[in-house]
Amino acid sequence: MPEKTPSETTVRPADAALGSGVGRVLLLVYGVFALSASARALVQISTHFAEAPLAYLLSAFAGLVYIAATVGLARGGPTGRRIALASCTIELLGVLAIGTLSVLDTGDFPDATVWSNFGSGYGYVPLVLPFIGLWWIHRHKPTPRDHGKG
Amino acid sequence: MNGVLSTTTIVAALVLAVWYLVRTALDRAPSRLDLIACVVLSVLVAVLVVVAVAGLFGGDRPADTGTFAGYLVTTIGLMPTALILAKMEPTRWGNLILGIGCLIVPVLVLRLQQIASVTGA
Repeated sequence: MPEKTPSETTVRPADAALGSGVGRVLLLVYGVFALSASARALVQISTHFAEAPLAYLLSAFAGLVYIAATVGLARGGPTGRRIALASCTIELLGVLAIGTLSVLDTGDFPDATVWSNFGSGYGYVPLVLPFIGLWWIHRHKPTPRDHGKG
Repeated sequence: MNGVLSTTTIVAALVLAVWYLVRTALDRAPSRLDLIACVVLSVLVAVLVVVAVAGLFGGDRPADTGTFAGYLVTTIGLMPTALILAKMEPTRWGNLILGIGCLIVPVLVLRLQQIASVTGA
């Protein structure tokens, strides 16, 4: 067999950090979203807050959720895992709720948050990301239990 | 925004993205060559950003200068960040980090062009 770098061939240790492997890929993507969502909210709130206060506050909230997820993944351990689990869950509910609301009621909801139209402005990555995040956190259960939903 | 330089950067990033994704699919950790290619792209992006910053001081300034500056900072920092993360991850996922970084670069450059095209008095 040709020389191959050991990654899939070696088993990932059970106590490997949450922020390594796929977790490190998630770290980059969550980091980019934390930055873009909060920077966008900052610009919106500082320049034309009065136009759509609710949407811009939601924008800021989304930014905070992404920051929390990034921190949770980077921190690791039981606490980091809990932070990541909570923020990915909120993220999933947020993108589904805001996505649905923005599709149903375009008038009240100007296209102004990362979660509008299920994140279509961001290549639907905001819709897919929480699923990958939750799957990864679920796989990272400290003690193996019976199958259930993350 | 310099058209030729932007296009070169976008094409280079997309070609490298395909390369890194293939490397990920083949289950390879980032090699020396992979990391050097990432450095080369980072330099290309840095040149693009420097040219854009120079443009801010002479000639047309984008109407939304604050956002433009924010995107410039993100653009110049992205690939070096991906490189650091990839060096910490000597598995196939290291190459996926580089690949995703390369997919984000064209988005950032296109956004920069969009913002730059709206010039205000």
